[in-house]
Amino acid sequence: MPTILFYLFALIMIGGGIGVVALKNPVSSALSMIVSFIGLAALFVGLNAYFVGILQILVYTGAVMVLFLFIIMLLDLKKEEEKQFSSSSIAAGVVIPTLLVLQLIAVFQTSDFGNFQAITPESLAMSEQQLDPSIPADSVIRSSMAAENLADRKLPDVNLIGHKLFNEYNLPLQIIAVLLLVATVGCVALSKKLKAKS
Amino acid sequence: MNSALLLLIIPLLSAILIHFLLQQKMASIAAILGTIGTLVTLGISLSLLSSDAVGCSFNWAQIGDFNVNIGIQLDQLSKGMMVVVTGIGLLVHVFSLGYMKDDESKARYFGNLSLFMFSMTGIVLADNFVMMFIFWELVGLSSYLLIGHWYQKDSAADAAKKAFLSNRVGDFGFLIGILMIWGITGSIVFDQMALSAATPFLGAAVLLVFCGAIGKSAQLPLHVWLPDAMEGPTPVSALIHAATMVAAGVYMMARFFFSIGFDVIPDCSAVTIAWIGGITSLAAALMATQQDDIKKILAYSTLSQLGYMVMAVGLVDPNAGMFHLYTHAWFKALLFLGSGAVIYACHHEQNIWKMGGLFKKMPITGITFVIGTLCLTAVPFTSGFFSKEGILHAAHESNPALFYIAVAVAALTTFYMFRLLFIAFFGKAKDEHAAHAKEVPLVMAVPLLILGLMSLASPWIGKAIPALNDFHPHIGLEMNSVTIASIAAFVVGLAAAVVFYKGKESDPLANNKVMQLFRNKFYVDEAYAILIKIFQDLVAAIVHFIDEFFINGLLVGGLTRIAQGTGNLFRNHCQSGRLQGYATLLGLGAIVIIYIVTFL
Amino acid sequence: MQTASLTEYLFMSGLLFAIGLAGVIIRRNIIVIFMCLEMMLAAAALTLIAFSRYHTVNGLPDYDGQMLMFFIITVAAAEVAVGLAIIVALYRARQTVNTEDLTSLKG
Repeated sequence: MPTILFYLFALIMIGGGIGVVALKNPVSSALSMIVSFIGLAALFVGLNAYFVGILQILVYTGAVMVLFLFIIMLLDLKKEEEKQFSSSSIAAGVVIPTLLVLQLIAVFQTSDFGNFQAITPESLAMSEQQLDPSIPADSVIRSSMAAENLADRKLPDVNLIGHKLFNEYNLPLQIIAVLLLVATVGCVALSKKLKAKS
Repeated sequence: MNSALLLLIIPLLSAILIHFLLQQKMASIAAILGTIGTLVTLGISLSLLSSDAVGCSFNWAQIGDFNVNIGIQLDQLSKGMMVVVTGIGLLVHVFSLGYMKDDESKARYFGNLSLFMFSMTGIVLADNFVMMFIFWELVGLSSYLLIGHWYQKDSAADAAKKAFLSNRVGDFGFLIGILMIWGITGSIVFDQMALSAATPFLGAAVLLVFCGAIGKSAQLPLHVWLPDAMEGPTPVSALIHAATMVAAGVYMMARFFFSIGFDVIPDCSAVTIAWIGGITSLAAALMATQQDDIKKILAYSTLSQLGYMVMAVGLVDPNAGMFHLYTHAWFKALLFLGSGAVIYACHHEQNIWKMGGLFKKMPITGITFVIGTLCLTAVPFTSGFFSKEGILHAAHESNPALFYIAVAVAALTTFYMFRLLFIAFFGKAKDEHAAHAKEVPLVMAVPLLILGLMSLASPWIGKAIPALNDFHPHIGLEMNSVTIASIAAFVVGLAAAVVFYKGKESDPLANNKVMQLFRNKFYVDEAYAILIKIFQDLVAAIVHFIDEFFINGLLVGGLTRIAQGTGNLFRNHCQSGRLQGYATLLGLGAIVIIYIVTFL
Repeated sequence: MQTASLTEYLFMSGLLFAIGLAGVIIRRNIIVIFMCLEMMLAAAALTLIAFSRYHTVNGLPDYDGQMLMFFIITVAAAEVAVGLAIIVALYRARQTVNTEDLTSLKG
């Protein structure tokens, strides 16, 4: 991703984040958060993680934030009253994150990661040749769409994720499914009105 | 199984059965069980006399190279002592059947009596000092339980406590003495204790061991518990506080002296022991002259006679001491049981000035009591005469001063015993109870008769049985200075008693200043009370200060206050319930951890 | 073509995280606090994706990082659902979402 675009989307993301913290109306906060997440999704795409970027927009921006907005409306939250945030909490809220960032900068001063390896059609072609000297010829990946995409010099993002998810991460996937079920049941149980004991 | 072991097991079994199974519901069975148990042990003891059974021993505890055994030592000393213990024990049991017939807690009484028999047997048969010490403490316990049998009475409970605590003082010295003896001789087993030559510290060790005897045999200055112990039932006084347990100190010293050998005992220790015995004997005899309680008179008399025995031990003639122990056990048990019979007949009246004329109303008791008195006062050809003569001989040979004290004590003994006899048994009845007194039932009279017989016959029985050789150093009447002194003492004492007390209604000497000193037991109890008060208050004040200021204020209180203060600090400022506060702390923690992990 | 370096991505991620933390510390509305938490989670996700891209295998990104991101999104969704349900229940009981008024945990 060109540096200029990176800084643009990063600015959108950070600006949205600041909006979440600074805006007093919860609805405005939620909307700024959507902006921030869109910027984040763009950064994901810039990192060649197309699937995750789309997931970010679909799940976070589309579902989660809508849920937030829905709850804010449901509870009919007003603007936070005019009373100022207490100076001590503002001081803590500024100093501690600043310290964290300073520490981060100090760490970066001592380390140099260098640049990303570029992913271009040429590099993909090379990858296809190097891909799997150990993988036998009749393996799934050789005959799968991933291999075809790679041969077409396209990054087989979704293919590889799907391949990885259903092969190596199958058990965690099942567990996550159970977790979602539990969360659903939990939501129902929590939202149910308690019957008055009589 | 070694039949000697049965001597230990039977009383223990009986005590356990009575305490845990029979309890109060089957009190009569408990009484019979205890009595039969004692009868069986007496049988075994008698059979051991003629047999040449040897002791046995098994390991009880092993600490490194140091072994503690539970063992039995069978020799003349222990065999003879066993006969005394079980014989008098049996008679006291039988007497108790009548005396304690209507007691509310008869089962507890007989259970404790069995426990005592077990403990006393253990002392007598012990073949080492540690085992003896264990049983030594057990007799202390059973004595405590029996003195406090009527614990509802404050005086009985206090007396039990006093006896126990006084014994503890002596036992502390005893324990140190045992350790020193172990260090000096390298063994706690009596058989392996013999020393060829005196060693340094042996004198101190002997005196420390003697501390145990001071406590148990109630020598000065720990004699104060024995008169108070008369709060217990009278048969208990007869068995424990006259015949057997208090004599255990003498027995232990004799056993100890025989074990290490007479030659190595340092003179200074022996003389100290002898003088303690002599002074106890004299002081107790003086106190006995002014007591009004029939049991107290006998208690002080016991003290006095124990002083005799200790004196004999101190004169390095334990044989004489043991012989006196042997004869004294019979006639003092007789006197106590006789006093018990009198008390029983007079509805628990113990003051001799409220008795009188009992001899005619209670002929068996009267006659046996007179026999006991004659023995105690050493009338020629009674058992007391022979045994006292042995001690007088020993004193005459080695320590003239003690000899004169002993003769004086003999005169005093005659004086106070005939005072008792004249006032309680002759003259007119001075109280309604005494006027209507009746002879005691057969179950109590028979033990009195047997004891009367034994009191007279014990020296000859001792002579007839080879195993009792230790008990008759000398029997016979030879006219020498000692015999003459003994008879003279008797005559002087008798004459004084006749002059002062024959047919008197009240004590003619009660207002004499010196006599009041005797009546008040030389104010020893009061002096102890003051001493204890001063020490106790001072120490208590210091301890209280340390406890309050250092321990409570600084250590315990200070630590808790620090913890509490710190806790409050965190509770009030950190545990505020404010979400933002927690988040701030979380952030701070993350910063600190990052700093430590990355930059340090 | 000049591209942004890993350091820059990580720095942006750290910045977003710091802003989220600041929001958690400063804000009083519990729903906004919850949103800030989501933001911190997203910042962590950005780090994961950046490293996944940086650590190439055979010229392809390391998809283990993206897998982790996938699970984070799933768990976060479940968390949001339960969290919001709790907030609703809380609001029903207390009639407030202001953390100043929710101090019953005070020791």
